[in-house]
Amino acid sequence: MTSSSLARDVAPKLEKVRRSKRGVDTRPLVWPSIGVLLVWMIVPLALTLWFSVLNYNLTDPTSTGFAGFGNYLYLLRDPALATALLNTFLLVGGVLLTTVLLGTLFAVLFDQEFYGQGAARLFVIAPFFVMPTVAALVWKNLLMDPVNGLFAYFARSIGLDPVVWFSDLPLTSVGIIVAWQWVPFATLILLTAMQSLDREQIEAARMDGAKALARFRHVVLPHLARPVTIVVMIETIFLLGIFAEILVTTSGGPGDATTNLPYLVYKTALLQFDIGGGSAGGVIAIVVANVVAFFLVRTVARNLDS
Amino acid sequence: MTKPRTKIVMTFVGWGVAFLIFFPIIWMAITSFKTEIDAVQTPPRLFFTPTLENYTAVGDRVNYFQAVYNSVIESVGSTICCLLLAMPAAYAMSFYPTRKTKDLLMWMLSTKMMPAVGVLVPMYLIFRTTGLLDTKTGIVIIYTLMNLPIVVWMLYSFFREVPKEILEASRMDGAGPGQQLLLLLLPLSLPGVMSTALLSIILSWNEAFWSINLTASNAAPLTQLIASFSSPEGLFWAKLSAASLLAIAPILVFGWLTQRQLVRGLTFGAVK
Amino acid sequence: MATVALSNVKKSYGDVSIIQGVDLAIQDKEFVVFVGPSGCGKSTLLRMIAGLEDISAGELRIDGAVANDVPPDARGLAMVFQSYALYPHMTVENNMGFALKLAGIPKAERDAKVMGAAKILQLEKLLDRKPGQLSGGQRQRVAIGRAIVRQPKVFLFDEPLSNLDASLRVQMRIEIARLHTELATTMIYVTHDQIEAMTMADRIVVLRAGRIEQVGTPLELYHFPANVFVAGFIGSPKMNLTPVVMKSAGANGATVVAPGGGEIFIPVAPTAVATPGSAATLGLRPEHLTLSDDGPLSGTVAVVEQLGGETLVYVEIGDKILVTVKLAGSGSVHVGDRVKLAVITTEANLFGSDEMAMTPLRRAPVAGKGH
Repeated sequence: MTSSSLARDVAPKLEKVRRSKRGVDTRPLVWPSIGVLLVWMIVPLALTLWFSVLNYNLTDPTSTGFAGFGNYLYLLRDPALATALLNTFLLVGGVLLTTVLLGTLFAVLFDQEFYGQGAARLFVIAPFFVMPTVAALVWKNLLMDPVNGLFAYFARSIGLDPVVWFSDLPLTSVGIIVAWQWVPFATLILLTAMQSLDREQIEAARMDGAKALARFRHVVLPHLARPVTIVVMIETIFLLGIFAEILVTTSGGPGDATTNLPYLVYKTALLQFDIGGGSAGGVIAIVVANVVAFFLVRTVARNLDS
Repeated sequence: MTKPRTKIVMTFVGWGVAFLIFFPIIWMAITSFKTEIDAVQTPPRLFFTPTLENYTAVGDRVNYFQAVYNSVIESVGSTICCLLLAMPAAYAMSFYPTRKTKDLLMWMLSTKMMPAVGVLVPMYLIFRTTGLLDTKTGIVIIYTLMNLPIVVWMLYSFFREVPKEILEASRMDGAGPGQQLLLLLLPLSLPGVMSTALLSIILSWNEAFWSINLTASNAAPLTQLIASFSSPEGLFWAKLSAASLLAIAPILVFGWLTQRQLVRGLTFGAVK
Repeated sequence: MATVALSNVKKSYGDVSIIQGVDLAIQDKEFVVFVGPSGCGKSTLLRMIAGLEDISAGELRIDGAVANDVPPDARGLAMVFQSYALYPHMTVENNMGFALKLAGIPKAERDAKVMGAAKILQLEKLLDRKPGQLSGGQRQRVAIGRAIVRQPKVFLFDEPLSNLDASLRVQMRIEIARLHTELATTMIYVTHDQIEAMTMADRIVVLRAGRIEQVGTPLELYHFPANVFVAGFIGSPKMNLTPVVMKSAGANGATVVAPGGGEIFIPVAPTAVATPGSAATLGLRPEHLTLSDDGPLSGTVAVVEQLGGETLVYVEIGDKILVTVKLAGSGSVHVGDRVKLAVITTEANLFGSDEMAMTPLRRAPVAGKGH
């Protein structure tokens, strides 16, 4: 469906609503944005669904015709999917836990008064602005390299064997890099939220005799509950799509150890040219993301009312 | 009031944490001024003769400047497209809200939830069929669509801070929508529009899924070029560091400039 | 020549009805004030006349021509907003000349008009400043100047003084009244402050819950309120509204029993609801009560407010029923005193159980203001 035919269908119904207030016709202003997003939303999605039920391989011209749920069945039987799903959840869960805990800690820390607070804060949020490929390569080589890396040097200098990060702890290594990029995000959001906390509430708690820990537990934490939810949900959306960090560090390996859902789809569709199978994987990714999105949209919508 | 001693302790703790978090970037910056030999020395050298040879070496690679150029065109181009589409929409939604406006905003947000990987296959095929594969136009289109919801949301929240009565007064004065946008809203919310533009540039500049999958040499931005360093140039740590530092420096500055508005944009106005 | 006529004008958002059918004819050069408590729809009504809100039903005529669908800038009106709504990034001069610039009027002519308006409002020295550098009163004058420059057929004011402090408000009140005389233009003014309404209006329109309660000159409303609501809204200190019981009603008036048992004869024409034994409301302005040893009302002095030139005495005449008495000079009444109050019955208002006024029989009619 094109946006213009949709405009014709919906327009008469919207007419009354749109003109109901102050009589200004805003459709020509809003429709271009809606139109392109509609196309962006519908066309690829429809194609993904369509391809996912086809036998379609770019390198194999004989592979044609309707596959039904063949691609899905094949994928579901393939242990790689289970591994990819598990890796996806471990990565998302681990990074979430780390970033929220450290983010809360840092938010409290940088909410304190100290010398050069503003400048220190800038340094803490910096990693968020580092492009994923740079972050991954710097960590992989300069820091985590088992021979010449800085971590290996530190390990040796205290008499330990260096960790061979990407072979021994591949998923953890990727997780560390990703967490380094996202801790600043959690810190920044939670710190901003902290600063919107009514100082008088803290002072009132102080007057009531609450010690620092009690103040944190009973005043600060409840105030942070909503921003933490938001951080969790937004990070989840982005973390479900981690790709570049894996591509440049481990290429999904060793074996399938760091293959998550996006990487699996990439591998199936663009490395093995199995369009049908890749699309089926894409549909699964969409389903997973939408479960998360459902809750995120609900939270933000509630927020829009207040 | 914080006691002076607490404040000094907090200063050490705070800066300690800041240093640890920022350290990889510092180390990268230091490495970029080493020779390749110094870069892989164990124990790592803290004192060395700094050299600019990595930076000139980066410049020698023609495709580095090509990638910088591509990154600039793609991020700025998509940002301009986003603003052109989003400004009228945000203006209409903030000043002439209808009962549908809230649903519309939520719907726009929900398009962000579509995982890129879910539509990678069809986009790849569409791009291949239409000849958009490895073109700047293609990437600009993708980035525009990717950032449009966030840009609409941010502009919407900034425009809403302009008192409605000012726009009403201008209506009484005979200003049409175009004049209201250009003569009133744009100058009045210029800081907001600027930080929206910066956020859009940041997100496009650092985008590393579509750029890696849909570009090769022609339209490859810096994210894609750096990805290609994973081998074999990855072995040249000093050059990798120099190229990386140049790639992230401008965005780091943008990010610092716009950090507060960024929170609003990234959380869809839920945290201010 | 500019008249505004509303006939059966309605406004609703979905199922919520904001304006429930308003009929009103505003004459040329008239100063009409819409007054009422917040949420009564007065601002909405003004914004409908301005064209900022559309009209759900009914007809709006400006100078006889239907204006329902005319865009705001083409209606020939100018509006002064509560927040002034000045363009913060433009100088005073550009603020005032914005409409002319949009209309494509040449610079020289524009400057002349802006200068003319600036002179009237003593803004000549501030033309290069931006709104942020002005005081509240100056901003208010710029907002008015912006309206004057356009030489509108009708001026609309939406609570323009509510953001000013008390002394400035009095000053601007006088200035706007003077402007009305000077410009001789129709003005419609919205306020929730009945003092502004009383002092400035040729005619006051009292609104409540989207309906007109009464239209009249300030003194008509003061002396002949149509119902309990208008009686209570107009006048400061407020009219005493005392619950009474009807005893008897005849052609010359009605006798009521006040709290405490005192009987009072009020010369009004009783309405159908004024049956003996029914509840009624006695409306007494504080200045129409006097201390008197044989008055029908008696009670204890609860509070005394000395204002110098006059004294307000609050007397508790029944369980929790306070009446205000305004005495000239600095009286010698003290808290706790037992007092008796007499009533100037020709000035008393009596409202039936339907809250509508009964027509006073022996009161002199008031002359209208202006015209």
